[in-house]
Amino acid sequence: MKRTPLHAIHQKLGARMIEFGGWEMPVFYTSIADEHLATRNAAGIFDISHMGEIWAKGESVGDFLNLLLTNNINKLRPGLGQYTLLCQESGGVIDDLYVYQLAADEFLMVVNAARIEDDFAWMQKQWQAWPRRDSVKLTNASDDFGAVAVQGPKVANFIDSCVERGGIRPSELGKNEIARAQFAGKDIYVSRTGYTGEDGFEMVAPAPAMETLWNAITDAGRAHGLKPAGLGARDTLRTEVCYPLYGHELDLETTPLEAGLGFFVALDKSEFLGRQILLAQKAAGPKRKLVAFKMQGRCAPPRPGYLIWTAGSAGPVGKVTSGTQSPTLSVGIGLGYVEQNFATPNTAIEIEIRGQRAPATIVARPIYKPTKAPTSKI
Amino acid sequence: MNVPADLKYAKSHEWLRMKGDTAVVGITDHAQSELTDVVFVETPSVGRKVKAGEGCAVVESVKTASDIYAPVSGEIIAANTQLAQHPELVNSDPYGQGWIFEIKVSQASEMAQLLTPEAYTSQVSAT
Repeated sequence: MKRTPLHAIHQKLGARMIEFGGWEMPVFYTSIADEHLATRNAAGIFDISHMGEIWAKGESVGDFLNLLLTNNINKLRPGLGQYTLLCQESGGVIDDLYVYQLAADEFLMVVNAARIEDDFAWMQKQWQAWPRRDSVKLTNASDDFGAVAVQGPKVANFIDSCVERGGIRPSELGKNEIARAQFAGKDIYVSRTGYTGEDGFEMVAPAPAMETLWNAITDAGRAHGLKPAGLGARDTLRTEVCYPLYGHELDLETTPLEAGLGFFVALDKSEFLGRQILLAQKAAGPKRKLVAFKMQGRCAPPRPGYLIWTAGSAGPVGKVTSGTQSPTLSVGIGLGYVEQNFATPNTAIEIEIRGQRAPATIVARPIYKPTKAPTSKI
Repeated sequence: MNVPADLKYAKSHEWLRMKGDTAVVGITDHAQSELTDVVFVETPSVGRKVKAGEGCAVVESVKTASDIYAPVSGEIIAANTQLAQHPELVNSDPYGQGWIFEIKVSQASEMAQLLTPEAYTSQVSAT
């Protein structure tokens, strides 16, 4: 199992460690609910060093990435990022990721830990076939960089003191903006992004700087209620705001349109991998759709793999992909795929839990909307 | 870690408090601290006959569902109904109000398979 540059810190904090995507990661330090609520009410710091960093540089890089990725990269400018998807020709999702434009001819892609190798192999394969490949250079720098996410409504109050003075102020970044900052004499990247629905920042730094960066942030955030938070809270936080997790809501057999991510698929831009299938699927309407649901009253929380029924249906109409007890709402919540005609909010459904069906209702996404959600400048 | 001296233990992290030929069963302090945030407990039906090692209750934490096993064979004679409204008692008072069920022991010989507090402590410390 791979370890992040923050492994020693997790051990010192007494974190419970688990395997995730080939990495040994903290699942919680005190409890998932504690860390979840700290992030919703104040601030949480997450080790996300397992995520991958792939650099793409060169004169033709924008055109190349626009062929690979579903969102329109021409909407970016230096200093701005976007959520996007990497699809096969079949429209199936290879990965979901953030792509940031750092300079006219330089982009950074932050990808899922378990997908780094597959993503990079796919990108290289496409690069081989690209007529202008001499003016595009791809580098998988995942092992050289670590990253933390600092999330929550109080983070903007202390984040500026975590980078060197005289440079950029992270709190002045708009949503999805990224800037280079200095920390301990090293270049780091700070973006106003995250996976919790709260305001917050993600910081990508060279691996050897990670421990001092973590300590600087935890020192600055302590008085604001900052707590270290593990993958458990990261998962419950993203489930409440209905962000997909690769391997749960997304995989090679699922298209972005089925997952409700059409906003990030620019069908009207130039040709890209998967576009033909996605155009056809959009015209016909996807047969199944991702929905969010809430359990009715007190019952066991829904879990991935549980079957979804409707009253009187002869068989299951779908399957749960993510589920938990919402620490914010104190009710069972989940995401899952259902046949398209059952996908409307307020539809009554039933979740099969250990052979018994418990009532639930399909709800609009997100299931929970943070009170101080990040605002967009763009 | 709290391992009361007056209880018996199962390798699968249940405790038993003997009262004549019946035993009250719950999960240990170690088990609750591993699970954290218990949000739901499915207790067994009263009258159900179970075999030692059979899953007969489920403790759900935020993260996962965990089976709770009958440490000995017998008949379930009571279940903690308070857990329906207050599952968090398993975390806050695992050896008291967080008890899960009571079983009438049918095979007294199985009691010899259970662990002493010392043996349970060393099992947990070894992992």
